[in-house]
Amino acid sequence: MSYKGQFRVWRGDSDGGSLEDFEVEVNEGEVVLDIIHRLQATQAPDLAVRWNCKAGKCGSCSAEVNGRPRLLCMTRMSLFDTDEVITVTPMRAFSIVRDLVTDVSYNYEKAREVQAFTPPKDLAPGEYRMQQVDVQRSQEFRKCIECFLCQDTCHVVRDHEENKLNFSGPRFLMRIAELEMHPLDTADRRDTAQDDHGLGYCNITKCCTEVCPENIKITDNALIPMKERVAGRRYDPVVWLGNKLFKRGK
Amino acid sequence: MTEVERHNFDVIVIGAGGAGLRAAIEARERGLSTAVICKSLFGKAHTVMAEGGCAASMGNANPNDSWQVHYRDTMRGGKFLNNWRMAELHAKEAPDRVWELETYGALFDRTEDGRISQRNFGGHTYPRLAHVGDRTGLELIRTMQQKIVSLQQEDKAEFGDYEAKLKVFHECAITELLKDDSGAISGAFGYWRESGRFVLFETGAIVMATGGIGKSFQVTSNSWEYTGDGHALALRTGASLINMEFVQFHPTGMVWPPSVKGILVTEGVRGDGGVLKNSEGERFMFRYVPDVFKGQYAETEEEADRWYTDPDNNRRTPDLLPRDEVARAINTEVKEGRGSPHGGVYLDIASRMPAEEIKRRLPSMYHQFKELADVDITAEPMEVGPTCHYVMGGIEVEPDTGESTVPGLFAAGECSGGMHGSNRLGGNSLSDLLVFGRRAGMGAATYVESLERRPVVLQSDIDGAARSALSPYEPAKSEGSRENPYTLHFELQQTMNELVGIIRTGEEIEQALGRLAEIRARVRNVVVEGHRQFNPGWHLALDLRNMMVVSESVAKAALLRTESRGGHTRDDYPMLDADWRNKLLVCRASGEDSVVPDVTVEPKDQVPMRQDLLELFELSELEKYYTEAELTTHPATEGDRA
Amino acid sequence: MTATDTGVHAPPRARLPVPSLRTDRWWVPPVLTVVGLSIFVIYATFRAFQQDYYWVSEYHYLTPFYSPCMSTGCVEGAAHFGRFLPDNPLIPYAALSLPFLLAFRLTCYYYRKAYYRSFWLSPPACAVPEPHTRYTGETRLPLILQNVHRYFFYAAVLISVINTYDAILAFHSPDGGFGLGLGNIILVANVILLWCYTLSCHSCRHVTGGRLRHFSKHPVRYWLWTKVSVLNTRHMEFAWITIGTLILTDLYVFLVASGAISDPRIIG
Repeated sequence: MSYKGQFRVWRGDSDGGSLEDFEVEVNEGEVVLDIIHRLQATQAPDLAVRWNCKAGKCGSCSAEVNGRPRLLCMTRMSLFDTDEVITVTPMRAFSIVRDLVTDVSYNYEKAREVQAFTPPKDLAPGEYRMQQVDVQRSQEFRKCIECFLCQDTCHVVRDHEENKLNFSGPRFLMRIAELEMHPLDTADRRDTAQDDHGLGYCNITKCCTEVCPENIKITDNALIPMKERVAGRRYDPVVWLGNKLFKRGK
Repeated sequence: MTEVERHNFDVIVIGAGGAGLRAAIEARERGLSTAVICKSLFGKAHTVMAEGGCAASMGNANPNDSWQVHYRDTMRGGKFLNNWRMAELHAKEAPDRVWELETYGALFDRTEDGRISQRNFGGHTYPRLAHVGDRTGLELIRTMQQKIVSLQQEDKAEFGDYEAKLKVFHECAITELLKDDSGAISGAFGYWRESGRFVLFETGAIVMATGGIGKSFQVTSNSWEYTGDGHALALRTGASLINMEFVQFHPTGMVWPPSVKGILVTEGVRGDGGVLKNSEGERFMFRYVPDVFKGQYAETEEEADRWYTDPDNNRRTPDLLPRDEVARAINTEVKEGRGSPHGGVYLDIASRMPAEEIKRRLPSMYHQFKELADVDITAEPMEVGPTCHYVMGGIEVEPDTGESTVPGLFAAGECSGGMHGSNRLGGNSLSDLLVFGRRAGMGAATYVESLERRPVVLQSDIDGAARSALSPYEPAKSEGSRENPYTLHFELQQTMNELVGIIRTGEEIEQALGRLAEIRARVRNVVVEGHRQFNPGWHLALDLRNMMVVSESVAKAALLRTESRGGHTRDDYPMLDADWRNKLLVCRASGEDSVVPDVTVEPKDQVPMRQDLLELFELSELEKYYTEAELTTHPATEGDRA
Repeated sequence: MTATDTGVHAPPRARLPVPSLRTDRWWVPPVLTVVGLSIFVIYATFRAFQQDYYWVSEYHYLTPFYSPCMSTGCVEGAAHFGRFLPDNPLIPYAALSLPFLLAFRLTCYYYRKAYYRSFWLSPPACAVPEPHTRYTGETRLPLILQNVHRYFFYAAVLISVINTYDAILAFHSPDGGFGLGLGNIILVANVILLWCYTLSCHSCRHVTGGRLRHFSKHPVRYWLWTKVSVLNTRHMEFAWITIGTLILTDLYVFLVASGAISDPRIIG
């Protein structure tokens, strides 16, 4: 079954742009990215879009469809009515490059600021022993394909450009949680999570979890446990007193 | 004179997949300034698509495993055409490379006693694949990406700049490799995808790690990046390609709906218990065990089913034959009318284990079918068929250093050739990336350290490269000759898929070469619209040249090899021919056109396998592949004579 | 300068005339949340200060809104832990527990999401801009105090124990022996659901095992953590269900105590 679909695609660059209307053929089983490709091949050869695997594994084709952050390759056309106008825009939390392509360098800068995995000094390669139950929490976070949709939807930076300075976003707070739960990591990132990466900005409104194409429970399994860990270190008077009295904690 | 942004590095690595990142880590750890250049965003490379695992004989799941067993499996899988030295290095070094990843922070699935869990895969005697569910490639990429970040943090601490020694240039495409007048590599020329501006990298050595060529075929599991850039650039720079006729068609790609046709279904489905069935419900693979593997695979369904739990006393299921055999079997079943409604066969795991177990072991497969095809793999069988997956052929390199025939040009991973012979075993590519990525990084570092003076880039080369890159913007000579890059790409893919695909004949390949010649003429007339800022039409126009060269290499080599072996099946020469076993087909660029050069192919003999390695095999097995004359040195032969 | 100049309309971003292109009815969930929470707050306030119809002396039913009843104004049988709070119309009879319960829910990770989204519109829905020019989240006072949620969790556990005790004492017949009526079933169901809400708390998940780096070294705590984690995925559901059951339970006690309805008895 095939029909003519109505599309509105944002085209432009940093100097400006607008939504342009297209009528495109849509076939059974297709996803929005197929339609964008058909547009390129038939009507708009220079329409800029990022994509790679077209199987939901690389996280390149992030954009917004009808105002919702989504992967173009995982948004099936069957989701929409045949007479519905489908609006495709670039991610709106990042600077525009061109058409559907945005500048995602914010994410790479934040990635670089999270203290890397810090293995025990005395363990040689091949000697690592970890139990499955100890790695599975971090493994969930390592499913992340870095599509940056969580970063795009998070209102802390989406609605407040100035917060980008102090807030690393769900993706990288989750990366901190991943390392904090790594059974062989030896560093303590609780203070920097709060002070340098802006964990306190998160008001756990769960949009990151809602848009995650990998269905990672970012808020419940990474951000809230991180907040609890930070609370344990910074805001728990009993722990504070205990540490003072028994000289634990360094 | 062309204005370009200039950078200077000791080593540049082109490609940021597994091999490229591993090479970059090695070069940086040797203290050299290193750049990684990639067409996509950092961390999106095609390696993320690898699902099943990374083969390494750590012996965690079965202590009988060793590098020798892995070596034998690899040689058998490649039908003894492999570069034996590469296969040896690979089998010996893979465990160390996997363990090293753990020190970078990788979290593989674990065994009961806390070691890395290993899973079964086609062609591997023992469970050997280190894995993380079915997203092992992602784990590799992310781990090495994070290792690079870790090295950059060290540099920041030491030099105050994250990018002091190791810098990633992403969304940057290389269009030309440059040499000095002595013929040694001096730099690389390319453009930023984002702005379209030109950029020049002056360097002593280049490690090519650009992956494969799958985008020359219509049904493929490969992403848009797989346009054979490394193959083509190396060829145009004077390096040679080998084994280009061997293209692996993965037996299980999705076949429905059309928009996802070709997307991979991991071999892990079969490794974990999934079986192939035709429309009559028959497990047909039992009928397709070839003579060379007779006796190594189960002959009844009962024995095959017992093997999953008791591998020591039963033989493995023929569903796990090497990929070329399975792909051909599926092809035959469909051709003979026993296929599924959409032209594939059934891959059934639903009836073989509980739904929860399937979701736990194969989460991304479950997800992929649910989201893309609306199929619940825990309730119904998948429909699958062959898809172009991997090219065994690539840049001819020195096994130990990865150096090509051009001084200063190194290669690793899929874009290098030899390691996998005529067919790659599943799981051997991730280990290949790690082992040879590291070796190419070391090779490049050693080469640069030994240079007395840095080769110089010639201004005329820069001007030429810029001219050539901009030619698609020149107005068409006449309105009628104006070509659309998307249309040409489609025609090229169709030609390769239909005529130089999984089953080939001499006649069809000739036909393909005719069509390729025609497309080649039209490639010169490609005109693109718009400006240079992130213009996919222009990007495709440039990639198309590379696909053109690579496709001709595949077709020409395929025409010459008059036998069937691994990833090269000739309907008109259906048998393995021992006289061909030792012959490599070497492709070189020739002719006047430096952008889309002609390709000439010549046969060349391999170096005979070292005696101690040869002795790892039983004579009776070698006799299936080798000519009698080649086996006179095997001790068993000498024993016969005595 | 409008509120969104630093947000989706900030100059470097793609220029689009509208703040959101969402076509679905994204405003429905926040509206429902406002309605639901408002009903509860109004009802609970009214009942907490009513100081009547909280105890059915025949069957020993005590509404959770008055537990523990500690005011000198409390009916004698209803006060299981003594009477010492001054009897004042501005001091609820359960003034020792209600503030903690309120704070437990106010700092709860689920309710925070719910009221940040619906009352404070921060954000009203995903990818819909919030109307504030500045946003500092929970980085400073007063919202930094949300971090003490754990203490209110401990208090809530204690209060749940008291509610459980109340529910057990309520198996009472007018002749002094064992009794069972519809009220008991309601009280018990309410207590069970209150436990579900309390134990599914994110802080509970943290203290039982979430804070550990190595589950394998603490098998018992790991087991507990897995159970709490299962409950935790339903924390939102329990948050709403217990709002409902609290109102229902209280209303039932209210109606029986006021004589509006009589409690159907099964035993005694």
